[in-house]
Amino acid sequence: MSRLEDSLSAGLAARGKAARFPAALYVLAPLAAILFQVYVPRFIEALSYLELPLLVAIYFALMRRKPASGALIGCVIGLAQDALSPHPLGMNGISKTLSCYFAASLSLRFDVENTVLRFLLGFFFYLFHQFFFWSLSRGLLGQAVDFPIPQTVISAFLNAVVAAALFSFLDRFRRED
Amino acid sequence: MDSFLGRYRNLSLLLLLVVGQLLLLAYQVRSSQDVPLIRVWAVAAVAPLARGLESGRAAASGFFSDYFILRDVRAENERLKKELGELRLKNHFLAAELASAERAKALEQYRARIPSKTLAVRVIGAGVGPDTKTVFVDRGSSDGVQKGMAAITPEGIVGKVVAAYPMASLVQLITAQGAVASVVSQKSRVRGALKGTGGALCTVDHVENKDPLEPGEWFYTSGNDRVFPRGLPAGQVTLVREGRGGKEVLVAPSALKSRIEEMLIVLDGVHGLIPPPGEPPAEGVSLLPPPPPDGQTAEAAAAPSSNSGALTDADRLAERYRRLTAAQGVQLGVKGRVADFAREPAAAADPAAKKAETPAPGRMEPPRP
Repeated sequence: MSRLEDSLSAGLAARGKAARFPAALYVLAPLAAILFQVYVPRFIEALSYLELPLLVAIYFALMRRKPASGALIGCVIGLAQDALSPHPLGMNGISKTLSCYFAASLSLRFDVENTVLRFLLGFFFYLFHQFFFWSLSRGLLGQAVDFPIPQTVISAFLNAVVAAALFSFLDRFRRED
Repeated sequence: MDSFLGRYRNLSLLLLLVVGQLLLLAYQVRSSQDVPLIRVWAVAAVAPLARGLESGRAAASGFFSDYFILRDVRAENERLKKELGELRLKNHFLAAELASAERAKALEQYRARIPSKTLAVRVIGAGVGPDTKTVFVDRGSSDGVQKGMAAITPEGIVGKVVAAYPMASLVQLITAQGAVASVVSQKSRVRGALKGTGGALCTVDHVENKDPLEPGEWFYTSGNDRVFPRGLPAGQVTLVREGRGGKEVLVAPSALKSRIEEMLIVLDGVHGLIPPPGEPPAEGVSLLPPPPPDGQTAEAAAAPSSNSGALTDADRLAERYRRLTAAQGVQLGVKGRVADFAREPAAAADPAAKKAETPAPGRMEPPRP
C-alpha cells in the first residue's frame, strides 16, 4: 500500500509533466490498433476481445495529461471505429470521449507510469467503456443487448494485461516536455 | 462568458464533443440515415492497409505453407528413402537366404540322387595367399573328411581336399595350378587330364591332334584318377587347336562359373555314367540303367553283371586281359608264352565276360594290376 501512496505522491509531484509524441504516432498507433481489430479476429477469433483502439486512446490521454486532448483523441478514435462498424456513428465516440477524458483527469493526480496502476486503469476504463457503450445502446438506441458481467470482467482483465505491455511499448516513443 | 469557458475549458470541450456526437446519433436514429462521408473516409483510409496486410498475409501464408509442405515432402522423402534402403537390405538378405536355401535344397537333392556317399559342407573362407585357388570348408576330419577326397557340386567337380583338419578342411579348386582330374569327353570319348592353370580355365592334356574334339563339347570325369567318381561334369570346351605334342584344349570348369558357397565332399565315391551326347550336364550323374557298350544290346546290358567288382575302365581292362589270357591259354605272371592282347576275345566263347564289360555303377576300387 505504501507503494501506491508513493505513486500517488510521485504523481502529484510530476503533475504537469505531459508527454509528447511524434505526430505520426498519433495517426499510426490508432490506425494500427483499428487495423488489428478489423483484421486479426478474422483469423484468430479469440483476439476479438482486445479493445486496442480504446487502450491506445487511454494511453494517449493518460500520457498527455490534458483532459481536453484526451477527450479529442477519444472522440476521433471512437468515430473512426464507429465508421468501420455497423453501429451508428457516435456510440464508440461518446464512450471513448468520456473514458479518455476521465483517464486524462486521473493522470493529473496519479503516477500513470506505474505498471500496476496502468493495469488497474486499463481494467477500470475497459469496464467503464463497455458499460457506457451498453448504456448508450439500451438508452439511446433502445437495443436489447446484454451485459455479461463475468465475460466482461475477464475481458477487462485480459485487456489490462495487454494495456500494461502496450503502454510500456508506446513509452519508447515518448518525449518529455 | 469567455472566462467561464476558459476556466472550464476541458469540461466545455467534453460537453461539446459529447453533445455533438449525441446530436449525430440522434440524427441517425431519427432519420434512419447514415453519415456516409465519415464511413467512406474511414474505409478509404483503412481498406488499402487492410488489402496490403491481406496480400502480405497471403504471401507469407503461401510461403510458409509451401515451406512446410516442402519440408514435409522432404521429411517424407527421407523417410521413404530410409524405408527403401531397409527394404532393399531386407530383400538382399531374403534373396541371399532364398538362394542359399535353393542351393542347399539343390545340393541335398543332388546328394540324394547320386550313389556316392557325400557330406555337405559350406565354404567358410579362402586359403591364405594370392591366387591360391583354395577354400576352407566347415567340415573336417572329425566328420570323416580325409585328404584326397573329391569336392563336387551338381554343376560339376570343384576340386579335392588337400588338407583335413579336425574342424575344417582345405579344398584345392580344380582351377588351381597342380590340380588334376582324369576326364573323358562326352561325345567323342576323348580321354585326357584336366589340369588347373591358376586362371579361370583349365587345360586338357594328352589329347592327340587326331582326336575329334569340338568347342562346346563336355568333359566328364572318367574315374581313372581314383579321386573323382566317373560321370561328373568337369567342364565345357571353349577352345580347341592343334599343337606340337597334341591338341591344346581349354575347358571352362562348370562348377566354378560362379562363387562357390556350398559343396559336397565325396566320402565314399560310386562311379556313375557319362550321359549320352545331347543330355544336359546336370544329369551327369544318372540313376538310369547303364547304356550298353558298343555292339551290345540293351537287354544284355540290362542283365545283372556277374562281376560287380569290374567298375572302372582299368578294372574292365584287367578283366579283358584275364579273359584274353584265359582264352589263349596263357597264364599271367608265369614265364613262357605271351598272350596276344590285340586279339579280340570270342564273343560267344565267354558270355559272362561280355556281361562284365557292361558299365554299372559301383564302388570305386583300385584296378588290379
